[in-house]
Amino acid sequence: MGHLRGEQSFPDAARGALADSQLRRNLGHATTTIRGKRAAVVAECDDWEELRLAGEALKSSTMARLDQHLVELEERVTARGGVVHWARDAHEANAIVTRLVRETGETEVVKVKSMATQEIGLNDALAEAGITAQETDLAELIVQLGGDLGSHILVPAIHRNRAEIREIFLREMPGVDPELTAEPRRLAEAARLYLRERFLRAKVAISGANFGVAESGTLLVVESEGNGRMCLTLPETLITVMGIEKVVPTWQDLEVFLQLLPRSSTGERMNPYTSAWTGVTPGDGPQAFHLVLLDNGRTATLADEVGRAALHCIKCSACLNVCPVYERAGGHAYGSVYPGPIGAVLSPQLTGVEDNASLPYASSLCGACFDACPVRIDIPSLLVRLRAQHVDANRGGVPSPEAAAMAAASWVMADHRRFAAAETASRLGRLLGRSTGRIGSLPPPLDAWTGSRDLPRPPAESFRQWWARERGQGRARERGQS
Amino acid sequence: MRIALFVTCLADAVFPDVGRATVTLLERLGHEAVFPPTQTCCGQMHVNTGYQREAVPLVRHHVEAFEPYDVVVAPSGSCVGSVRHQHAMVARGAGDEALAGRATAVAARTYELSELLVDVLGVEDVGAYFPHRVTYHPTCHSLRMLRVDDKPLRLLRQVRGMTLLELPDADQCCGFGGTFALKNADTSTAMLADKMRNVVASGAEVATAGDSSCLMHIGGGLSRLRTGTRTLHLAEILAATA
Ligand code: SF4
Repeated sequence: MGHLRGEQSFPDAARGALADSQLRRNLGHATTTIRGKRAAVVAECDDWEELRLAGEALKSSTMARLDQHLVELEERVTARGGVVHWARDAHEANAIVTRLVRETGETEVVKVKSMATQEIGLNDALAEAGITAQETDLAELIVQLGGDLGSHILVPAIHRNRAEIREIFLREMPGVDPELTAEPRRLAEAARLYLRERFLRAKVAISGANFGVAESGTLLVVESEGNGRMCLTLPETLITVMGIEKVVPTWQDLEVFLQLLPRSSTGERMNPYTSAWTGVTPGDGPQAFHLVLLDNGRTATLADEVGRAALHCIKCSACLNVCPVYERAGGHAYGSVYPGPIGAVLSPQLTGVEDNASLPYASSLCGACFDACPVRIDIPSLLVRLRAQHVDANRGGVPSPEAAAMAAASWVMADHRRFAAAETASRLGRLLGRSTGRIGSLPPPLDAWTGSRDLPRPPAESFRQWWARERGQGRARERGQS
Repeated sequence: MRIALFVTCLADAVFPDVGRATVTLLERLGHEAVFPPTQTCCGQMHVNTGYQREAVPLVRHHVEAFEPYDVVVAPSGSCVGSVRHQHAMVARGAGDEALAGRATAVAARTYELSELLVDVLGVEDVGAYFPHRVTYHPTCHSLRMLRVDDKPLRLLRQVRGMTLLELPDADQCCGFGGTFALKNADTSTAMLADKMRNVVASGAEVATAGDSSCLMHIGGGLSRLRTGTRTLHLAEILAATA
């Protein structure tokens, strides 16, 4: 269960998105805007690179002793009146949350935007148990009402434009003003009215957490709209589902992350709302607090000493916004709640490479993601490593055409005489481009190239032949004597 | 200075003019260019497609071919990136620490063309003359793996007769990415379309870059669209004279 694997391969899923010009315009416009905002606020910090290094170092050292930090977190949460639950996978986590909601006797919960609960497919699991989960983040609400999947970590409805949102609201919001226009102000107002009612009657809230501070047992959520804060304060029971990698050892560590996150994420100097809560406080806020610590593939990922860097991710989505592949193909093509470059390394690692075999190849390795990442996750290197794991897992048996071609190329190129002979043979390709000087069509699989680009006609003489003729041993001696 | 030319397999087989231009340029600047004849390919395509095991013999072969030389230059940001960032890793992955050490030593002496000219030889004006409107695409690996910064632009700005035009969204990937162009042909084509639009919008007659592979991609697209805009490797422009 859960929303980590796609049914289609990336190239197949991307094809549809690429053909949708409206979608491409929406994505291009949104990512360009946020890229510009991020670049401007990052440029303001003259210690940005030091902050990134600090973020990276804090994450590495925390991961190295994750077990200790988690035990400390559990102790502190318990000491402050919270209850801690451990969930090995999506199924266990969903079962725990469903049971906890059932025990309150409620059939409706409000939700703070959370990637962890999406990862485990919590809303579907609750629905099966007859419990309605209401998303309260505006973009998440649009996705939920549209019966859609999120397409971006931070802005799940990035693929929708205002006109589409208006239509969804008119269709799905009971009692919405039929005169609703597509003005952003009017749309936000409609959502606010719709949500207000639900905040006021909610007895149970479910959230994720951006950080969990081990030394004090404090959980934190950062957001822009303030709807999360309503969920975190109004209901009687609060259930938080947090991936185990979200723990930070001390309050001081937050100083680094709370600078890195908003600038990378929304392009703001500081996020408008930061909510922190520690266990329960009599007479103030929820009186019952449950923390569900989620593994779901994380311990296995942690065991890979290089791959574990993917768990450093603070889900800022900067890598999505700078990724040229994400910008063209959109988030749905990744088939996971974690789209974009980080999704391409995280999802296969959480579920096993074979389950998402096309994702590590969904990148041109341009490296823009690494430069943007506030905790310096070297995503291109992780992608290359996952590709090797995928290839190695498929060794033995009949080699694929690609594997055979790669083995042959390796054999040819490991010896310059063989390589020179192959160059001579490839000059047969000159027959192809005879009239135009370029090659415009080739048989499969190379038609994937010539579908949109010409190939240059092989030259009459390779460089090494020219060198041998012009500057070769004999010639050099001759010149030396003259 | 005696400089070993790592011409790269692509330039050797498909773009020999790029190798010839590099030789012309180095000789004009008073240096001796040598071509280690046993060289073949850095193995980047294998590594980036997941065939690290198949890349091991190529790494060993490359190290053996270039070990005897003090300075190595390649007219390709991505191949130098592979030598610098992948060779030792591949050797280590195969459990060959000795090879990893040798690869690291060769990598430390290997430079991309603009790095060699500006950092090692200390020249920005190479005495070139090229009376055309040119725009420069900073290829991803030159930009982000090697961090060549504005070295190619500093060289281009000294070329006489040339008008250097700004490329909109210059640092966006052209969509080549080696086997990415085949495995994700649709996405690659969409990225290429935007790159070509920007090249045409720049008003240039010639688009240049430090990588033949990216230029083969961009040039292949421009040729299909019959835009009339040509692609030329940086070395070919720097080697041009009146
Ligand atoms: S990988 Fe880095 S840039 Fe991407 S979402 Fe995670 S923290 Fe942000």
